[in-house]
Amino acid sequence: MSKNEVWVYIEQNEGKIADVSLELLGKATQLADKLKVKVGAVLLGSQIKNLCKTVFSYGADTVYINEDANLKYYTTLPYARVVVDLVKKYQPQIVLYGATTTGRDLAPRITSELKTGLTADCTNLQIGDYSAKDKEYKDILYQIRPAFGGNIIATIVCPDHKPQMATVREGVMKMNEPDSKRTGDIIEHKAEISKDLLITEIVKRFQQEKTVNLKAANIIVSGGIGVGSKDNFDLIIKLAHTIGAEVGASRAAVDAGFVSKDHQVGQTGTTVRPKLYIAIGISGSVQHMAGMSESSRIIAINTDPRAPIFQIAHYGIVGDLNEVLPKFIEVYKSLKK
Amino acid sequence: MEYKMIVLVKQVPDTKNITGQAMKEDGTVNRAALPAIFNPEDLNALEEALKIKDKFGGKISIISMGPPAAAQVLRESLFRGADEVILLSDRKFAGADTLATSYALAMAIKKIKDYDIVLCGRQAIDGDTAQVGPQTAEKLNVNQITCVDKIVELKNKEIKVERSIEGGYEIVKTKLPVLLTITGEANFPRPFSAKKVLKYKYAVTPSEMSSYDEEYLKTTEIDQSNVIIKLWDHSEVGAKEEQIGLAGSPTKVKQIESVVLEAGEFKNIDNTKPGLEELIKELMNEHILG
Repeated sequence: MSKNEVWVYIEQNEGKIADVSLELLGKATQLADKLKVKVGAVLLGSQIKNLCKTVFSYGADTVYINEDANLKYYTTLPYARVVVDLVKKYQPQIVLYGATTTGRDLAPRITSELKTGLTADCTNLQIGDYSAKDKEYKDILYQIRPAFGGNIIATIVCPDHKPQMATVREGVMKMNEPDSKRTGDIIEHKAEISKDLLITEIVKRFQQEKTVNLKAANIIVSGGIGVGSKDNFDLIIKLAHTIGAEVGASRAAVDAGFVSKDHQVGQTGTTVRPKLYIAIGISGSVQHMAGMSESSRIIAINTDPRAPIFQIAHYGIVGDLNEVLPKFIEVYKSLKK
Repeated sequence: MEYKMIVLVKQVPDTKNITGQAMKEDGTVNRAALPAIFNPEDLNALEEALKIKDKFGGKISIISMGPPAAAQVLRESLFRGADEVILLSDRKFAGADTLATSYALAMAIKKIKDYDIVLCGRQAIDGDTAQVGPQTAEKLNVNQITCVDKIVELKNKEIKVERSIEGGYEIVKTKLPVLLTITGEANFPRPFSAKKVLKYKYAVTPSEMSSYDEEYLKTTEIDQSNVIIKLWDHSEVGAKEEQIGLAGSPTKVKQIESVVLEAGEFKNIDNTKPGLEELIKELMNEHILG
């Protein structure tokens, strides 16, 4: 164990590690290589030691583990207490969190107590130098994220405070190939969890596996606000079923109630890299495009020829979806025969 | 029992559904193209507070940190039923990141002192960070429950809420005081009350009042009794200068780039059957479409 490590907060839920945490271990490995330091993982829960193996295999050098029956389920105050404790003791220079409901609840609470900075929903993280008016900083974390409705990309730094902290959405970073032979140090910590931290009681919990798997889909047919109505959105679903695709949506379409949030692609939804992405009635906010621009092929269907989506599309069809999609389905079916 | 509530609200540029027009040719943000609105989830937070007040009675104080123009969201809060509205405004707050913002807000809340529940929207649409709620709770040393979709029960000093978690929800119970961040799922905010619009349409801050020309005032019904929006600056709430604004912000903006869209190879496909056939055949040949 040493100071200045790059840490990842490992989110586990009933013994299952969140994908985003493993993805962050991949990014942390790159950052730590550049900084010539080690990767630390913070693991909290009750009877979770068996998870260390997985955490090592995805890139951690050290696991800081705090087991406590009071940490069986996530609640803000005891979890924040333990992480703050660990950060103060071992002084990492960077701590990364998944931008899940848990990460977004926990990370700001911790930053406030540590009086350091936090950048939400980063789409990229890099190491570089930073010069302020009268000072030069070496090897600072560049926290890159879209801002102002996605119309700009901002590079945020936190030069004078440690640790530098950021949250990242699921799917944005790539996992390392797991190496089951990798091992590392396990450091057991036992933070004092006083009664006054145990004031949130979980009465009921309901969770199910995601029914929509956008990340694993080869083809995604996605609808935006331009689809116009929930009824019209059925056409998107029909096309997706016809060609064996998953259904995606822009945030505007989700907000309009056309389809559930599980389908949302973009900076605040899921980041996807399918072989084919068909964007229908999506004008192309930068936040949406940040979540799908790495698709191998993009077809944009839109009535507005000036829609920004056409600028990243490989194929553009200007037209109304009610006209284009039935034709598309018909032609596809006849070619399949 | 009656509940004393504080709702944190923000005026934001309407960044929803905007496209290229929001940027000027030189790559800077065209603020004029973005109307300023009441942050949507803050309206949901206000609505939850109003529902509690309707049921149990109590008092709702609103705090908004922002430039003088943010007085508008405070007027709108009065139109909906808020009892006390405060504009936390000071040039020295400029450039604040979420940490410096939460510090200033927490200082304002401490000045109000007596409260049972602090409510705010889960996140603001201009930054989508969802950080100010939890950070404010920490500064106040009170518990937080984020992503609240529903207040299930409020009984004496105990509250039970339903909150979103990954792929589901949980119902949690805690003691007051607490800070809740409310999602858009929680409710449909009520419209303005016509009676309250009539009562508060000329509600102003002291600085708005003093900016009026005396001759102009003679032609209106505005007088000192309309100075309903309190104006607090950093010294009023006892905030330390080194902890507010740019100075109090650990994060700095290193660089801003307007988004440059990659122009790759692009094929315009005719919106005709032969056009689509050519496209689909090409994708099938490349095994992209099965």
